[in-house]
Amino acid sequence: MNKNDLLLEFNNFGFQYNAQSKPTLNNINFALHRGEKVLIAGPSGCGKSTMVHCINGLIPFSYKGEMTGSLKIKGQETRNLSLFEISKSVGTVLQDSDSQFVGLTVAEDIAFALENDCVPQDELTERVKEVATTVNVRDFLGHAPGDLSGGQKQRVSMAGVLVDDVDILLFDEPLANLDPKTGKDAIELIDEMQKKTGAAVIIVEHRLEDVLHRHVDRVVLMSEGSIVADLSTNELLSSNLLADHGIREPLYVTALKYAGVKVTARMCPESIDKLNLSGEDIKKVCDWFKACEKIPGKETPETILKASDIEFEYDNGHKALYDISLEVGQGEMIAIVGTNGAGKSTFSKVVCGFEKENRGQLTFKGSPLSELSIKERADHIGYVMQNPNQMISKVMIMDEVALGLRSRGRSEEVIKERTENALKVCGLWPFRNWPVSALSFGQKKRVTIASILALDPEIIILDEPTAGQDFRHYTEIMEFLTELNSKGITIIMITHDMHLMLEYASRSVVFSKGTVIADDTAAKILTNDDIVKRASLKETSLYRLAVMCGIDNPSEFVQCFIDYERSHREAQKVQEGGECNE
Amino acid sequence: MNNLFNYVDRQSPIHRLTGATKFVCLLLWSFAAMSTYDTRLLAVLSVASFVLLKVSKIRWKDVSFMLGFTAVFLIMNNVLVYLFSPDHGVELYGSCTYLFGLSGKYAPTAEQLFYHLNYFLKYLATIPFVLLFVCTTNPSEFAASLNKLGVKYTVAYSVALALRYIPDVQREYHEISQAQQARGIEMSKKATLFNRLKSAGTILVPLILSSMNKIDVVANAMELRGFGKNKKRTWYMGQRFRWTDITAIIICIILVGVAFLCNYMNGSRFYNPFI
Repeated sequence: MNKNDLLLEFNNFGFQYNAQSKPTLNNINFALHRGEKVLIAGPSGCGKSTMVHCINGLIPFSYKGEMTGSLKIKGQETRNLSLFEISKSVGTVLQDSDSQFVGLTVAEDIAFALENDCVPQDELTERVKEVATTVNVRDFLGHAPGDLSGGQKQRVSMAGVLVDDVDILLFDEPLANLDPKTGKDAIELIDEMQKKTGAAVIIVEHRLEDVLHRHVDRVVLMSEGSIVADLSTNELLSSNLLADHGIREPLYVTALKYAGVKVTARMCPESIDKLNLSGEDIKKVCDWFKACEKIPGKETPETILKASDIEFEYDNGHKALYDISLEVGQGEMIAIVGTNGAGKSTFSKVVCGFEKENRGQLTFKGSPLSELSIKERADHIGYVMQNPNQMISKVMIMDEVALGLRSRGRSEEVIKERTENALKVCGLWPFRNWPVSALSFGQKKRVTIASILALDPEIIILDEPTAGQDFRHYTEIMEFLTELNSKGITIIMITHDMHLMLEYASRSVVFSKGTVIADDTAAKILTNDDIVKRASLKETSLYRLAVMCGIDNPSEFVQCFIDYERSHREAQKVQEGGECNE
Repeated sequence: MNNLFNYVDRQSPIHRLTGATKFVCLLLWSFAAMSTYDTRLLAVLSVASFVLLKVSKIRWKDVSFMLGFTAVFLIMNNVLVYLFSPDHGVELYGSCTYLFGLSGKYAPTAEQLFYHLNYFLKYLATIPFVLLFVCTTNPSEFAASLNKLGVKYTVAYSVALALRYIPDVQREYHEISQAQQARGIEMSKKATLFNRLKSAGTILVPLILSSMNKIDVVANAMELRGFGKNKKRTWYMGQRFRWTDITAIIICIILVGVAFLCNYMNGSRFYNPFI
């Protein structure tokens, strides 16, 4: 390879933030060449965001700390460059495209980097049009970025970076807030842009299977501040490294492993389309499926919440819900899925009383909810927002959890008892006298759940309970919710995450354009082409695997996989013993 | 939800003026209206500012909230002035004409009522113009034109950015408030004012924290795209000054001149019909 093609080179690189006692990155050796596409994966806290900041120059220019070793961009040490010089070579698309928009309109946002470079106005207009055409947002130039759909936002934020002709495109968790279909489109767009511009691409993401939708040259696996593997995708998938470091393997790879198939690089496991199974492998999968215990479905429980013919229209005339009829059984754990704007959040707002339905009726245990105020409904139905930082308003954990009870004027004894109980259930007892700010994101989420639990609701509605969480924290939160559920609390989750609906929801309700288009088990929904398309979901790769192995009932195969995983997980929990409870 | 500061995108001659022109005109216009109590000039300015609102195609419902708000304020203000100095007009105009055959400290005098009329007209002359500025000025274009007038672009841009984030903050306030209400924080009219103020705290804390967080992200995003690199920058939304801009400013300068002239002719800031 030509030496000029070396774009980025880490050499025994290390970094320690000023405020921390230990280095966040250790002994990093990594090189990136022109035209390469690399995925950096790793659990939360493994140092991948720090690595992103080192590459785009925010370290050392915005976040201070001590750098050791060498980091060169196009042959120059970054510490000798300025942030602006680095930004000419490295274009960063931040995780949350919403918060990275600066311009009032799409056009201005795309033009932002050029404006700062003093490009004359006529040329600005031309360049913006050109780039907007490349990413296909020409028609939205006059719109406010906030009004666009998730996929369009991704395109605009990419345009804002492409406008600069950079050598390296750096994507920081590009899939974090996208629904499955949009995520798939984003990955295709990244691929397409790389081919058009010839830039090298670095994607930092823990949703491995989704990124692998398009070919990736190498995967760099990070753990605890070091690189533990830098392998081709096929080699990495044939090892056990992913599972060992808390990254979820593609589901079909896991299924093959369950079936006792030895996954090797020669099978080309990087993509289900290219996967090459021998007759023997297929037989193993089929045998596993046959041997799999079919767990009979549970009996329909008593209805706790019932919506009949709900219709809702916003003040501005936008009709968000049409004829929603839905029943939730006592003790169920259901998922409400659908794209942004499908009406799932609006529906939960109507249930909680934040918005008032125009037509139809909601009943809770047979009695109508319409007479109850937001506060009164909250005694039965708790609502947990996606971002815990939006809910927490007290400094101390105890006070935060007691807030709802205090405002209801309960006696101090009752408050104490219920608060303590909620804290214990949520595993926050050891932290009860801590300030909230000392907690991690996942722990804060627990605080918000505890503060809702203290009110003793029978139903809890959670908006995106696992958004932005890596596999370990995701499992932690979901196991915790399952535990609550087993104590009899009905749980309704609003989510984009197909793994979540597959693994944890006993039933999934699919919203599309304000109506319910399906209400069934996740296994059946994710193997139904029509629904998958209409709801912008993504067909699970397990379905493809089942078809590939000639299994004539793919949804049963998917169900079988889920049941197997669940029992596997429970077995593991028993093995680990009380470790999780403390 | 009401948007207090909202650019309304329509086509009108006023929209086509640059933001800086409108800003300068606003300052000159207010200065003219504030510097004099000449009833004739104030009446002309009041009528003119409503005509301009009409010309700019601003509709009643775009500004009704702000107008209502100022109306309440104006009435309160007038009542207080009357309560605290019911003979202010008499002092100013040097005569005392009791009306309706009443007399006493709080009896209405023609002078006092005339003073209130002037006071009223001052508001009518300026408030519509402020709304005109807010509703017809695209924040980005405003930033661009401020920069052209010599304001540092970092300062000019932060003005635009603040305007850009107002709707976001409003939406977030709404969301947080709903979730807090669900936890039993009473925000409706059922609670006493004191309790409502106290509850507002439970919304403001998360709102401020999450806004701070956002500011951090935006600052990084801007730096990564080269904001602050050069001493200058260009503007996508920038507009050239045209003869209409210059005309508008000249008209406003003349208005200030007229105001001074009136004051000179009247011998004081007050036009006195009682002599």
